[in-house]
This record gives sequence, structure tokens and C-alpha cells, in this order.
Amino acid sequence: MSSNKKYWKSVEELNENSSIVETLKQNEFVEEIPTDEFLGNKETLEATSTTRRDFLKYVGFTTAAASLAACEGPVKKSIPYVVQPTEIIPGVANYYATTIANGFDFASVLVKTREGRPIKIENNNLATTNGSANARVNASVLGLYDNLRVKAPSKGGEELSWYDFNLETTKALTKIASSGKAIVLLTQTYASPSTSKLIAEFSEKYGNVQHVQYDAVSESTALDAFQAKYGERGLANYDFSKAMTIVSIGADFLGDWQGGGFDAAYAKNRVPDHGKMSRHIQFESNMSLTGANADKRVPLTPSEQKLALAKLYSLIVGGSVSGTLPAPIEAAVKQAAKELKKAGSKAVVVTGIQDVNAQTVVLEINEALNSKAFDPKTPIKTRQGSDKAVTALVADLKAGKVGALITSGVNPVYTLPNAADFLEGLKKVELSIAFSMKADETSSNAQYIAAVPHYLEAWGDVELKKGHYALTQPTIRPLFDTKQFQDVLLNWLGNQTSYLDYIKQTWGASILGESSFNKALHDGVFVGTLANSVEESTDTEQVETPSGNAARALASSAKSNGSELVLYTKVGMGDGQQANNPWLQEFPDPITRTSWDNYLTASKADAEALGLINENVANGGLNSNYAKITANGVSLTLPVIIQPGQAKGTFGLALGYGKTLGLKEEMQTGVNAYPLYKNFNSVQAVTVEAVSGTHEFACIQLQNTLMGRGDIIKETTLEVFNTKDKDYWNPIPKVSLNHEETPVTSPEVDLWDEFDRSIGHHFNLSIDLNACTGCGACVIACHAENNVPVVGKSEIRRSRDMHWLRIDRYYSSEETFAEDDAKKDGFSGLTGDNGSLGGFGQMEDPADNPQVAFQPVMCQHCNHAPCETVCPVAATSHGRQGQNHMAYNRCVGTRYCANNCPYKVRRFNWFLYAGNDEFDYHMNDDLGRMVLNPDVVVRSRGVMEKCSMCIQKTQKTILDAKRDGREIKDGEFQTACSAACSSGAMTFGDINDEESKVAKLTKDDRMYHLLEHVGTKPNVMYQTKVRNT
Amino acid sequence: MKQVIHRKLSKAFLYLGLILSLAFTTSLSAQEGDPAKGKSLFNANCAACHKLNKKATGPALANVETRLEEAGKDREWIYAWIKNSSAVIKSGDAYAVKLYNEYNKAAMTAFPQLSNEDIDNILAYTAAKPKAVAAAPAQSEAVAAQGSGSGVSNEIILGALAVLFALLALGLFLVNKTLRRFASAQGIEIEEEVKRKSLWKAFVQNQFLMIVVAIFFLLSSAYFVYGFLMSVGIDQGYEPVQPIHYSHRIHAGENAIDCKYCHSSARVSKHSGIPSLNVCMNCHKSIYEVAPETQQEGLTEYGVDYNAEIKKLYAAVGWDDAEQKYTGKTSPVKWIRIHNLPDFVYFNHSQHVTVAGVECQKCHGPVEEMEIMYQHAPLTMGWCINCHRETNVAVKDNGYYDKIHEELSKKYGVDKLTAAQMGGLECGKCHY
Repeated sequence: MSSNKKYWKSVEELNENSSIVETLKQNEFVEEIPTDEFLGNKETLEATSTTRRDFLKYVGFTTAAASLAACEGPVKKSIPYVVQPTEIIPGVANYYATTIANGFDFASVLVKTREGRPIKIENNNLATTNGSANARVNASVLGLYDNLRVKAPSKGGEELSWYDFNLETTKALTKIASSGKAIVLLTQTYASPSTSKLIAEFSEKYGNVQHVQYDAVSESTALDAFQAKYGERGLANYDFSKAMTIVSIGADFLGDWQGGGFDAAYAKNRVPDHGKMSRHIQFESNMSLTGANADKRVPLTPSEQKLALAKLYSLIVGGSVSGTLPAPIEAAVKQAAKELKKAGSKAVVVTGIQDVNAQTVVLEINEALNSKAFDPKTPIKTRQGSDKAVTALVADLKAGKVGALITSGVNPVYTLPNAADFLEGLKKVELSIAFSMKADETSSNAQYIAAVPHYLEAWGDVELKKGHYALTQPTIRPLFDTKQFQDVLLNWLGNQTSYLDYIKQTWGASILGESSFNKALHDGVFVGTLANSVEESTDTEQVETPSGNAARALASSAKSNGSELVLYTKVGMGDGQQANNPWLQEFPDPITRTSWDNYLTASKADAEALGLINENVANGGLNSNYAKITANGVSLTLPVIIQPGQAKGTFGLALGYGKTLGLKEEMQTGVNAYPLYKNFNSVQAVTVEAVSGTHEFACIQLQNTLMGRGDIIKETTLEVFNTKDKDYWNPIPKVSLNHEETPVTSPEVDLWDEFDRSIGHHFNLSIDLNACTGCGACVIACHAENNVPVVGKSEIRRSRDMHWLRIDRYYSSEETFAEDDAKKDGFSGLTGDNGSLGGFGQMEDPADNPQVAFQPVMCQHCNHAPCETVCPVAATSHGRQGQNHMAYNRCVGTRYCANNCPYKVRRFNWFLYAGNDEFDYHMNDDLGRMVLNPDVVVRSRGVMEKCSMCIQKTQKTILDAKRDGREIKDGEFQTACSAACSSGAMTFGDINDEESKVAKLTKDDRMYHLLEHVGTKPNVMYQTKVRNT
Repeated sequence: MKQVIHRKLSKAFLYLGLILSLAFTTSLSAQEGDPAKGKSLFNANCAACHKLNKKATGPALANVETRLEEAGKDREWIYAWIKNSSAVIKSGDAYAVKLYNEYNKAAMTAFPQLSNEDIDNILAYTAAKPKAVAAAPAQSEAVAAQGSGSGVSNEIILGALAVLFALLALGLFLVNKTLRRFASAQGIEIEEEVKRKSLWKAFVQNQFLMIVVAIFFLLSSAYFVYGFLMSVGIDQGYEPVQPIHYSHRIHAGENAIDCKYCHSSARVSKHSGIPSLNVCMNCHKSIYEVAPETQQEGLTEYGVDYNAEIKKLYAAVGWDDAEQKYTGKTSPVKWIRIHNLPDFVYFNHSQHVTVAGVECQKCHGPVEEMEIMYQHAPLTMGWCINCHRETNVAVKDNGYYDKIHEELSKKYGVDKLTAAQMGGLECGKCHY
């Protein structure tokens, strides 16, 4: 078909007789095509003698040679010890008890070493205090193999020997001491009797010495309040296993509140026993891990928290408090007071408000309640920092009054809100020495960096609580030329003894009594019978607060003006000292399920009012715009996460991110929130405004609600649980067989013939949703045990996360999950008021103050596994012991299994994470690879991987028993996750052993399987969550 | 042979000694001993710490008595010293104290079980030994001469036979020639063979045969190509040259040292473990050279100087043989690993060695005959599986198996269970 249309090519054509049009007609390309440039120098090209044929010959030869060479295996060397240490047998793990005390995390742990390399942190079951490792402590082993550690002492960036270091610094210190200027030791909280003694000796020798202890995330107000009341600097100890009613006002005690480590005791009473379980009421602003676990959660602003606490005081202890609270909060406070009074000595109140009055009030309430859970006699010693002393020090530094500043275990240039002042002062001192593992913000500004060892290479002692001691011992010889702070102190004192001998002397003299040091070292912990803790010489003046007035003072200080920002620490990052740890960066936050970031959390109402947006985009990622927050003249631009449960008018922001020095580029994530941490107060008045731009999150879970699918997380209330039959609150799903409702567990409706698993072992894992707090220690333990690779932010965003074990977090869409279920069941028709089309849309949105549930999900090891039937190469098959095996060497990567898995627990290995520079995490680093578990293969690209139920561990247990010729006792079988679980939520064992704990749990009324109606018959079971509402 | 000569020589010495003793004092007459008995006593009791001509843990003992006489010590002193040296040291004897200090203050083990006569025998042996060595080379020459003699006789026989056959061939050729001459003389024509189609041409023209052969050829080459491809990555017979020529034949074979003495971790660990050098030094601290026969055997049969190899060990572990002490300068031996399993296979030695009681030789072959270690088994999965199918589990006297064995044997109706029936064929048992 012809057309008369004329297609104009340019405006020039309008112009008749245009030369350009004419030229263009003849010549397609106006300019000459630069072929010469493209082919390079023509002359040299012509001069070369390589013909096309020759070229092909070379190609052919090299290809043939390369493929022939590939047939030859590489020559592997095997180099034995010259003198083998007696305790090391290649292939057999050794365990050492030690203690982490990095100023933020304090825990007694067991360290698993293989061929002399520490590879995993486990809980020390002998420890009665802080014996459980949280996610950060579990991950701390990777910090040992950090390639960015300072490898030798240095002066102004130039390495020098320890001999020179000692010579120069001793000289300088002596000079400063004789000049009369102050020598300041700015350290983390060591809580170490030996270090305290050493510092006292140091002060004695050098005269004008000041020891300032500094906690980056301060508990100073609680310490001051406790000191004022009990005359000792420490934190009241709480044993939540003795509390049946817990009221917390802003205290994230399952997180890092007052040093953390309370979750194991808390979980004990959360499992209904003889119809009883504890009741937990949480008043808070941010949605914290603790709030998520509470039976009743009341969102309120920090200033309302103060008033609520004051009112609680007046209701329990007496006195009157002025001020009004919104009616629902007022009612909740009254209800809480009533319940506390009813529980009497079995009740406890805690608070996280950074205010001396608030802390005093709580101490008094607990005294008034005569709470058994409250223990002021054995105070916690792991926080000693004093805000006043630190503030005074910064002023002194700025005024040039300090002669020498020696920092150890702290990074004030990063963590201080007034870091600029500190830095200015730091430049004025005559001598500045930073004891540090990293060339971080502080140490790189100091004159000397004294390279210190990791805690797994060092000696030490800690007094965790009064009279509860723990020892740190090296588990590997120092990897680098490092010396610990205490050894250098000994050098400065001219003392020739090693720090180990010094510890022995201290312990022998004042701690051990008749007990043996070696026994204490073996156990890692020692509980003293003598009440003889070394007295701390603290210069802080005692804060005098007339007790009765505290509540009134608290109430009057409860004034809010505008929005309030609540700074918190994340379970994964803490105060930020482990920011260069890829495991922790990739660890998804238990609440927001977001990794590799910190962000501003905002309530839905505030977000809508301010124009802050969260959206899921087509490539499966979560995006947000930015918010600019301003407080005290400091502005930060942050991405936003709309957080259900966030109190209106409050915003949350995590500390510990945004480090810039001493860590890899990939780990430089988030924004540093410490500049907002004015006066060490976690609550700051801020103004927030929306800023344009798009931030891409690496969020693991985009689905926030359960959509009324109550069979995924089965829930009931304590009342129903106690009164109704099991079939009412935990029914077995039924299917129709010949028009008869038959339970899916019955063999008649089964597609498959049952395989006989009654002989030998049959492993089952039980997960108690009541005891699980969602802390995530199991996630990191699984990472470490199974050589799970870190994939990085962009891969996580593509849903290519590798965690074999995830902890799903669900919000209710209505006030409770039960209402969700009712709503879904009430749908009728597609459209209309009650229609499912609109209804399901509404159910995708979580409520303003939702119920929260956590559910750890790993491979369910189905006895009738859907993945096994679709594998074309039989790479995944079932073992008689109940484990679903995965033969990586057989897998060809069709990914059919992942598609057919109803639980979505299979992970595809997209890249050679252990040999690809794009993934510059620990596995691509000779040093970082030392953490790998030699009993588990490092998977290659193109294979499917998943939880193996730690078959390497079960097989080892079996082999040990075979070698000893004995039967296996219950409790010997463990997986990495069940061993890491300090709350007792995970129980692993052999159900063919009738007496085992897990066999009894299979018959428990609360037991159910995930997606039971599918008929997969999993070997992982869950225990119905019971809420004490 | 050598021993006989020794004995003869030492007897000669004895006679000499006898004459001398008769000539000088009578008290010496009690001191003669039997060097043969002395040798066995020496080897049983003294050799762990003393050499004849070389300082070891203790001093060299050749002519020790003469040396002691020079120091003014008589045989009674020797008796006392050997039976309880620490008592002598305690008595404050200057020479004893000097000795004690010289040898790192390690007192010699007391030998109260040795009688004076025994000690006489030992002393006789230590006095006799050194002059005997000279006889050895001459004797070995004689042996060599004998060997070469028999070689010559063989060559003569063979030569004679060759000449005989040559003569025979020549005879036959001449007979043939003569017969032909007769035939031509008598006018008989010898038929020339008719030129027929050659066999290979007929073969090429037969299409059926060609096809059959082609198919056969293709199949057989496919078979070999398959075989070659399947052998990729299988290193059966891999026998690399090691940095130290270590002979399992001598250690495990001739000396019958238990495998697990050196590879001790095989009992408890997944790794059998290459022994660390301190294990070697347990013995080689005193075995600084091999017996001359062994050395000779090494040189002629294996082309290796065993004594030099022991020196390599000393260099690696930093042992100064002359001074009898460690220098502290070590250079770990980089052995070449022979048995390599891929990373995705988990194999545990202790499971097989301790629990199952499998002989090391079952997988590693006749190690006690291997001069140089090589890979005996193919180490393929088929090979593993086969053994798991055929081998019965050692359930006896193992408390772990009691219940499982009882139940499983009832289930399968058998008394003995194979590893496969125990679940030893499941993928996840070895791959994780």
C-alpha cells in the first residue's frame, strides 16, 4: 500500500535548496566514521605478522592446553606440626570458657575451637549470670578475623615496635606527671577487679591520674539513682523468673536495657505451667522487642511515660501527682497498678526513662511491692559510666587542662554528641594514646594507637554482678602484634609480671578464698562466697534526691513540646562497635525485618501528616522517601520506616550506625545518630519534615500481617487455654474423605505410604512460640555453624537472602489476631461492605497498636516432603532419622524444590560467594575464612541450600556415643539454633526416645505443625502461643 | 657371617686378654665376660640411651672401662653406678657429679636386676666392638665376586646356544639350496604361486564386514573414551615424590610399628593425621642411622640414602645430633597429600577405625610393603557404597548398638546387619 505521507526528518527540509538536505540525501553519515580510531593504529596493524590462521591456531592451542591441564588434579600439601600441642588433635574441637566484656556486651560463653582457631560462640551453661550469648556475642567471633584490625602499635600512622612504644610513652607520662598536669584514663566499663586494682596502682605512681568510665549508651541515671539509694554504684538486679506480673515503662529489657541478659529468666514464666503464666504490661514509645512480647502494650510518648510512672507510684506507694494523661493510658496505668498490687511480691516494675527521678521512683515502687524479682543486694556491675565525669572531661580537655589522654575500649569521637569539642580537646593534649582494635574515629586522631587484642586473644576478669565473677582467657595466640591495655599498664608501672599472673594474684588475695583458680578458669565463672568486691574509687558526687519528691519532680518534668525522638539500640548492632561485622549488618532487625540500615521509625498517623511514604516497588523491594530531623541545631536526613505500634508524636532512631572509619565500604551503612544524643538522654525534642528522594531498603519481609490465617501462628488466650478443650483452640485440620470429615493426620487421607522410622533416631525440633522472644541469637548461631554466606544489601533486596533460619514477624491488622481471624471468616461475597476484595486489602495494613508474633522458620524436614518429589536428580532425599538431606554435589540448580516448598525455606546460591570480589565479606578474605566450620561444606554457585537440622552435629553426637559404646542421653542432641536458644523456646531431640523432652512435646496439647492441612508431616513442630490477656 | 667374624675376632681378643690378665694381676681374671651375651644385654638394656661410638642421651660406651680406668674408677665403681647411679651421685663422688651435670642432670636409670656377671658381659662387648668393623667391606666384596662369577657362566651358555642356532640356520639354508639345484638338474619345475586378490582388498570390498568392523570400532572407542572420562579425578596409584623418602615398608613392615602409633588421631578424629615431627623423634632421637645392610639395600634397590633421609628429619625438627639437643630452628615438612577427598564428602576415620574396627589396609592397601606410599583404592563413591553394602556392622559389645541391632535384625530377619541396613547409604550421612 502506497502512502502519500511525507516524513519530515528535520526542520531544515522546510528550507528549499538547503545544502544540508542535499548532502544528507547522498550521505548517510554526516561525519566520517572513525574506523581508524576504532581499529587502532593502522600501520602497526598492517605490520604484524600474525595472520588470521595463526590467531586461530593460538586460540586452539591454548584452549586445548587449558582443558588438558584441567584433567590434572592440583598437588595438595599437608604440613604437620613440628611439635604438636598435646591438647590439639586435628579434627577434634576444643572448648574454652571465656567471657566477653567489650563495654556493651558482657557474657560468659564457651568458645569452640578447631585446630586452634575459634570458630563459634556457645552458651556457657555453668554460668548463673549472663551465661547466654545474644546475637552480637554470637557474631563476635568474626570480629577476631577482621582484616581491618590494627595490626601493630603505631605513632602518627607509622608502625613502631612495642619496645619503642613503651620507651616513648613512659618517658612522656613521667614528664607529664612531673609537670603536674592530669593524666586521664578514659575507658569503657571493664567491671574488672584486676583492672581496677591496676588503675589504682597506676594512679599512685603517676599522681594526678583521673579514671573516667564511659558507656557509649549511658545508664548513668539508673546508676546515680541506685548509688543515691544504696550507696554503691551499680544497677539493680532483676530476676524475671520470680515475677508473675511485669510492668515496664519504656524499658526494653529483652533488648539492651541495663546491659541486657534478662530474656532467659523472663521466658521461664511465659510458658503456661499448671494454668499459670506471667503477665507483662509494656508502656513504650518505639515498638521494641519487649513490647512485641508483651501481653498488653500501651503506646505513649516519653513525657507521658514519666507521668504514667509517677501516677503508678502514687497508686502503689501513695501521694498525689498532678497532671493528666489521655483516658485510655490513664485507665491502663490504673489497671497495671491494680494488677501489681494483687501480685504483691511477685510483681516487678522496670523503667528505661533516662531520668534519675524515674529510676529512683522505680526502685521505691519495687521496695514497696517487696518484689522478689528485684534484687538490690547483688547489683549489676557491667555499667559504670558517669555522664557528669565525661562532660567534665570534655570541658577540661577543651580548656587544655589535661596533659595525657589514654582511651581504651571507647570511641568518643564517634559516640559523643559533642564529638567536635572532644576532638578539639584531644588535639590540645601533650600525649594521646588510644588502645583500640581499629583505626577508628578516635584512634586515628590520637598520637599513638596501641593495638589491642580481641577478647578471644586476651586475659581478663569481670565482676558481672556483685560477687559473681567471670574469667576471660585467650583461645588463640594473638594474630597480630598486639598487647592488651592491662599489660601496657603493667609496663608503665615497671611491673614485670604478666597480666595473667596479676589476675591470679588479685583473685588469690581477695576473690577465690579456698577455691582453685584452675577450676574457675575451667568453668569460666566463679560465684564468690565472700562479699569482698573491690571498692571502686568513683569521683562522682552522690545525687541527693529526696525520695518522696522524686515522683512529683518526675511528674513536673513531664512536659512535651512537639515531637519526641527516642534513640534506641538495635538487637543486631548495639552501640555500633561491631559495625564491621557482616553477619550483624545482614542480620534482619527482629521488628522491622530490615537489614543493612538504620532509619527513622514513624507512626502511621505522623507519616501521613508529614508526607512520609513507604512503598513496595515492582522489583520486590521496600522504598521510602527521606525525613529531615532537627534537634538542638543538628540535622540528619534519614530514610523512614512506618512502624505499627509507634506512639503518635514520637519517632525512633537506632544508634550504632553511620561509622566511617575502620570498616569496609560495604559496612558503612546508615546514619550516625549519636550527634543527637545530647546530655546522654535517649529522648530528644525534634522537628521532622519530609525531604524528597528515594531510599532503597533491604527488607526481608514485606508481608506484615497474617491476613487472618490463624493456622500459621496458632494463638489463644490463657483463659481459653485453661477452660476449653484442645480441639477448640488447637484443632487438627480436617479434609473430606467419602463425605466424612477426617483429620489430615490420619493415614487414610495420606497420599503416601508411611516409612517406618520407629528404629534408631528420629529427630524433631519443637519451637515454643510462648518462650520465643525473637532475639535472633539462633539466626547468627546458624550462620556461624553452617558457613552461611553473607550476600550484601542489593542481593537481600532482590530476596536472595541466605539465612537458613528466619524469624517471621507478624502484626495483627485489627487489635488482635483473633479479631483478624473473625473478620476473615465473616467475609461474604466479593464486593460490598463485607466483601473479601476490599476486606483483604484492609487486612494487609497492620493496626496502629497491633499484636505481634514471632515465628522462627527453618526447613521443616517434612516426612512427606514436596521438594523431594520434584527434584529431577534426586539431590534432596529423606533420611531415616527424619532429616531432609541435601546433596549439594548432586544438585543441578533447577530450583523446582524451592518452588514446591510451601514454607519457602530453600535458598538458592546465586554466586560463588566465597570466591567473588563482588562479595567482599568474610568469605572472600583469607583471614575471614578462618571462621568457617570445617565440618560443613562451603556451597558453590548454582546449588540449592537449606537447613540440614545440623546433621553434622547429630552425626557427631552419634559417633561419640558409638565410640564410647553407650546409649545417647536426652539433651545430647542439639542443633546450632536450639543450643543458642537461651529462652528454652527450641527443644531438639530424638522422639524415638520415649523419655526425651521433645517426645513429650509432640504429645503436648499446644503442639501443631505449620500448614498441617498440606499433609507434609513436618519434623519441626510449634507450640501454640498463649497470651495472658 | 659378620657376627661369626666378630665372634672370632673377639675370641682372639679374649685370649689376648686372658694372657694379659694372667700376666698381670689375678683380680682381673673375674672381669672377662662373654661379648655375645653382652651384646644382647646391651641391646636390651642400654641401647635406648647409649651408643657405642657416639654420644646419645648418655655417653658413648665403646671402651668405657678404659676411659674410666684413666679417671681412676675401677669395676666396682661401675657395678655401683649401673645398679644405682643416683646413690653414687648422692655419695658426692666428684666424677659422678660431673657426669650428672654434663648430661642435663638426668640420672641414669638404675639397673638392680643386672648381676655383676651381666655387667662383665656388657663391658666385654663394649670393649670388643670397635675393631670388628674393618672386616665388613672385605666380606661384602667377596659376596660381589661370587655373584659376578655365576653371571659369566650364564653368558657362556647363552653364547654357545646362539652359535648353535646360527649353525642350524646355515645348515637349513644350504640343504634348501642343494635341493633346488637337484630339482633344476632333474627338470622338475617349481610352481610359482598364482597371484590372488589380497585379503585386505577383499575385506575392503565386503561392505557387511566393513559395517561390522566400523560398529565394533566405534563401540570400543566409545568404551575407552568413557573409561578415560570416568577416570578423570581418580588418582588411584598416585605416588608423589615426598620431601623426605619415608619408607612405610621399613617402619610398618619390617619393624611392625602399629599404624596408629604415628597416625594416632585416626582413633578419635575424622583425620588420620600426618604425625608431627616430635612423634618421629620418639624413636629417631636414638636411631640416627639405619643398619648397614638396610643402608646397602636402600642404595641398591631403591636408590635412596636412608641415613641422609634421617638427616633431613633432623634438619626439619631442628635436632643437632652431635650436640644431642634441639636448636630451635625448625622447618616443617611439606608432605604431599595423597588421599584427597572432595570438600563435599565427610569422612571420619574414627568411625571406621575405632567403631567399625576396619583394618587400615582395607582402604590403604598393603602399606607395610610400600616403599613409597601410594593411593591404593580409587576412593570413588561406588567404592565406598560397595563396602557399606557388604560390610557387617561391628555391633558386639557396643552399648550404642544394643537396642538398634535388636530391633533392626527383627525387622530385616537377619542376624548380622550391613552398614547399608543401618542407614549407611543415605546421602546426608556423608554429604553435608
